[in-house]
Amino acid sequence: MDQIPRLAGVFSYLSFLTIGGGMAAFPEMKNLVVNVHQWLTDEQLVHVYSVGQMSPGPNMMMVAEVGYLVAGFLGALVAALAFFLPTGFLTFAVGRIWNRLAGWPWRDSIQKGLGPVAIGMAVAGLITFGKGAIHNWLTLAVALAVFAASLRTRINPALLIASGAIVGVAGLR
Amino acid sequence: MSERKVSQTDLFVTFLTIGAISFGGGVVAYLRDALVRKKKWIDDTEFLELTSISNTLPGLNATNMAILAGDRLGGPLGSVLAMIGMCLPAFIFMTAAGVVYGSHVDRPLVDAALRGVAAAATGLIAATWFSIGKKSLRGFYDGFFVLAAVVLVNYFKLSVPVVLVIVGGVAIFTFRPKPKVDEKAAEEEQWIKSLG
Repeated sequence: MDQIPRLAGVFSYLSFLTIGGGMAAFPEMKNLVVNVHQWLTDEQLVHVYSVGQMSPGPNMMMVAEVGYLVAGFLGALVAALAFFLPTGFLTFAVGRIWNRLAGWPWRDSIQKGLGPVAIGMAVAGLITFGKGAIHNWLTLAVALAVFAASLRTRINPALLIASGAIVGVAGLR
Repeated sequence: MSERKVSQTDLFVTFLTIGAISFGGGVVAYLRDALVRKKKWIDDTEFLELTSISNTLPGLNATNMAILAGDRLGGPLGSVLAMIGMCLPAFIFMTAAGVVYGSHVDRPLVDAALRGVAAAATGLIAATWFSIGKKSLRGFYDGFFVLAAVVLVNYFKLSVPVVLVIVGGVAIFTFRPKPKVDEKAAEEEQWIKSLG
């Protein structure tokens, strides 16, 4: 039970780091979930995050699975609310004043500046993530195959990831 | 904020549907298809505006878009309903995944499958960001800021918030508003030149 306030704190803090998407926050999530609180191992976190990529809706709902594994159903609910509510209020507020910000010259600067930073943070997160996901030639081959298939075809990403599971069962035991 | 005549039930069902069928991500494309093409609740210009707000703020595109579009279409209640609709299926999906993962299943088998899933997810996420980068990165500074973020996080092991503040701050300052040309000074300069 004493983990509930910690879940709330960790995930509401992480939510504000998701500039451009959840991957930006991954290195800090790994630090808090794996090192500081030791809720999951590095491999478990990478697995839970990966399953989140198959989910419909927001892929960062994987925080609910982390919450569940730490503290059951209440943990899942708290982690999800902590992760989605605070930035939700911020978005609602900014959405309402956005048009009034049209004449504010820094609005364009923020948009132009944060674009490449968001991409950089995502790539940085992906490198951290990849270190936990790519162990040998087979996992590397799977990643490269999915990379190519995703860029060249219109196969649903959830199917590509599910096919990764089949390769895993066949070759990664 | 002009609220349109969209029934709250219709709004909730629309977002719940997208929240339930958008397996594998790409929620923004589903939203555009539903809100702009099928329901014609908002036009492409407004949709683009909402995506640019959504991209600038922390939070995920899926939920930010639900909040913004929900508010435009049904006010604060619409915003809440759109958000719940978008999140509920994923919440059930991921909690169920937790129940399965936490139960006494065939551990080695599940771990092996998940190793494959993680490898595939790495490729998928890399492809997503490769496409975004190819489309939106222009010029020296863009490339420099991407590289700076990667080096500071992965090589110097600085924490994400620190890097966001440093690189984000420098990036925003680099693209700072150009100072308006001081017309009076320019006129005077012209006058001085004309003398010489």
